[in-house]
Amino acid sequence: MKHLLSAADLTREDAITILDTAEELLGVAKRPIKKLPTLRGRTIVNLFFEDSTRTRISFEAAAKRLSADVINFSAKGSSVSKGESLKDTALTLQAMGADAVVIRHHASGAPHRLAHSRWTRGAVVNAGDGTHEHPTQALLDAFTMRSRLGDLAGKNVTIVGDVLHSRVARSNALLLDTLGAEVTLVAPPTLLPVGVESWPVRTSYDLDAEVEKSDAVMMLRVQRERMNASFFPSAREYSRRYGLDLARMNRLPDHAIVMHPGPMNRGMEINADVADSDRSVIVEQVTNGVAVRMAVLYLLLGGATEEETA
Amino acid sequence: MSTVIKGARILGEQVADLLIEDGVITQIGSGLAGDESIDATDLIALPGLVDLHTHLREPGREDAETVLTGTRAAARGGFTCVFAMANTEPVADTAGVVEQVWRLGREHGYADVQPIGAVTVGLAGERLSELGAMADSAARVRVFSDDGKCVSDAVLMRRALEYVKAFDGVIAQHAQEPRLTEGAQMNEGPLSGELGLTGWPAVAEEAIIARDVLLAEHVGSRLHVCHLSTRGSVEIVRWAKSRGIDVTAEVTPHHLLLDDELVRSYDPIYKVNPPLRSKDDVLAVREGLADGTIDIVATDHAPHPMEDKECEWQAAAFGMLGLETALSIVQKTMVDTGALTWARVAEVMSATPARIGRVAHHGRPLAVGEPAHIVLYDPTATRVVEPSDTASLSRNTPYAGMELPGRVVATFLAGRPTVLEGRLVEGPTQ
Amino acid sequence: MSIVMDATDISRALTRITHEILERNRDAEGVVILGIPTRGDELAQRIAAKITEVEGTEIRAGSLDVTLYRDDLRLKAPRALLKTDVPEDIDDRVVVLVDDVLMSGRTIRAALDALSELGRPRAVQLAVLVDRGHRELPIRADFVGKNLPTSKSERVRVRLRETDDTEDQVSIEEGAA
Repeated sequence: MKHLLSAADLTREDAITILDTAEELLGVAKRPIKKLPTLRGRTIVNLFFEDSTRTRISFEAAAKRLSADVINFSAKGSSVSKGESLKDTALTLQAMGADAVVIRHHASGAPHRLAHSRWTRGAVVNAGDGTHEHPTQALLDAFTMRSRLGDLAGKNVTIVGDVLHSRVARSNALLLDTLGAEVTLVAPPTLLPVGVESWPVRTSYDLDAEVEKSDAVMMLRVQRERMNASFFPSAREYSRRYGLDLARMNRLPDHAIVMHPGPMNRGMEINADVADSDRSVIVEQVTNGVAVRMAVLYLLLGGATEEETA
Repeated sequence: MSTVIKGARILGEQVADLLIEDGVITQIGSGLAGDESIDATDLIALPGLVDLHTHLREPGREDAETVLTGTRAAARGGFTCVFAMANTEPVADTAGVVEQVWRLGREHGYADVQPIGAVTVGLAGERLSELGAMADSAARVRVFSDDGKCVSDAVLMRRALEYVKAFDGVIAQHAQEPRLTEGAQMNEGPLSGELGLTGWPAVAEEAIIARDVLLAEHVGSRLHVCHLSTRGSVEIVRWAKSRGIDVTAEVTPHHLLLDDELVRSYDPIYKVNPPLRSKDDVLAVREGLADGTIDIVATDHAPHPMEDKECEWQAAAFGMLGLETALSIVQKTMVDTGALTWARVAEVMSATPARIGRVAHHGRPLAVGEPAHIVLYDPTATRVVEPSDTASLSRNTPYAGMELPGRVVATFLAGRPTVLEGRLVEGPTQ
Repeated sequence: MSIVMDATDISRALTRITHEILERNRDAEGVVILGIPTRGDELAQRIAAKITEVEGTEIRAGSLDVTLYRDDLRLKAPRALLKTDVPEDIDDRVVVLVDDVLMSGRTIRAALDALSELGRPRAVQLAVLVDRGHRELPIRADFVGKNLPTSKSERVRVRLRETDDTEDQVSIEEGAA
């Protein structure tokens, strides 16, 4: 593994290695000294073209626990906002000796561009690109589900909401399929992408028909602005048809869990009582996020990099 | 002074010598002699190619292309006449701008430049440009287009179609329903969903073409459809022609060869408007060109500086180079597959585009008394496309590294060579 | 290939090491046995079982993966992590590290670093089945099953029932070092 750009790049074996490694690393978080010397001398750049404090902090914590040097590069207020191109930014980072670039970008495919250009030699980790993918989120979701539900093979995972614009949904659908889970996407027809029938998932327009068979329900963030683009008539109607409220939650199987990648729109896609209930693993997702990202960084940078073996 | 072209295969068929005197073909036969002699053994002679859809970028974006560099690229591609699209800065929406572009072409002497006038002022889609003034100018504009933007307002389109009848003009429509393509990045289909790039549905093109052919029928005017790219578009044009509607259509070389799978790389070198479509659409436009539903091949040569392509997909400019590779792509996709003869290539790349654009001196047959616009082409050569090997100022070719058949050996504009032995002739006007 | 220890030799060596550990530390009180995966882990389990047998008190062995502390990480492709399972608090305890083969001492150096982040043991001792020399660091074993002088180009292979699906065996093979 040289980069982590898409959940589709991971074989079942790769994915399991990452999850197993994360499980070992989760132990570190429980120790008095939460630091490992593993990536001492490695430089990791968090290159964030889009605000996402949660994801950046998670990657930062992961890198620091592995003793890497972390440089945070936020596009806002930097030369990027003055029109500097991705290429020039990447060349600058290369000159600084970045061993890995964790990139969050509003344009789908920006991490691919970075990884496949000659602009940087470091490993590239996709921390969310446009409406494309967010593979580390899918890994931490799979990790959380596995720790609560056991082996994911044959488990029913229902992903609900704005699939069309969701990088979380794309990465989850791909990774969960690789891990053998049965994925159902539930959304109004306007929020499912054209061609979704070629994805390795089932689709449904009816949340009520799906809750009783779900081992895990993942609620996606729905932006109210979508309403203005006529993806649905009103927030109230969306919430009524596709929101997870107590009545729907109570119809879930006893062991089923409720997930949300955050940040939540309480009252829109998820009811506040549901978010705070025992079934909700939303806070656990955050803790697991650090361990999963440590695993990814370790597996990308912990051994000989291509440059060193060359 | 006279030049004789020895032993060329005229339209890929019988071998003959061509004698050129004072820019005119004066004899066709065997054993001809002249002051100068060019050996064209095993080369195909075609009439000089005519491109109904070129972006020369001057005035305004001289960093991407100029009339000089664009026409030099045209000559290397075998073209003797190019129609320059109106989306320059300032927009070619007045007699002044179109005359400027037309004169620059004549001064440089690599290809005749026939300006296209904007349909609406500033391409804004709000009110008609002074179409008549451009038609009456020295540039004698007959083709009008807001290319890059669609004349989406139905009433404005109707008026434009009607108005240009007064001077035998044609509206060349860039068919793209704007609301259906807001933020669109690539062909809408399973791949756009997978790549997370906003989809550009085929219906956004087809709906406009359907509306426009009906409008053209209603007002009895002439319509030209730019760069159609989908199976549905081909079917609508086929239906319109069967009803006797006066519509013509073009396809670009890239839509004949490339499909949307290339977008997987997220390399914006493949970003173009209309977008690369599915494999099935590629087959459909080839069929449409073969059976005459699509009348012509036009390059949509769209130069962009590297910084507009060396970036993330969403930020990149739409468009790709086309002049220097067009004939090779047509050979690869249409001739080598048996879908077109060389005589038909002469129609779709020379005679018909000249007729649609109403230029009398181009697209003429290779016959005695006709102007000597001639391209000599070696269909047996092959080459690997090297982006830096171009006369264009830009490098945004999608064919880099690809092996293409054929090579333009010589181009003659009114008897004067602009390209000889595959190389540009410097200062062809002298 | 020549076999230098068979199942009986190995069992005898582990019994001796067990007695030496008990002798050195008076009894099992305050001793934590930690094996370095994968074979050191197995040997630690066996030593713990023997201690339980001799002393009559239940003693559990744990495992300590040192991968993340190695100094040769950058010489090879990234390695998967192995199990770390420290059964109890190690502060003020005697930790006995168990490994199969001691050579350069680098693994043990990594293990000492790993330990220091888990707590502060009163003492750390080292038990190995085979000591083949060629030390690169000032490290020595407290308890040795067999000293085995070898050349650097030779390879010492330890095979155990549980991890290798064969009879217990230590052999020397010629090989590219």
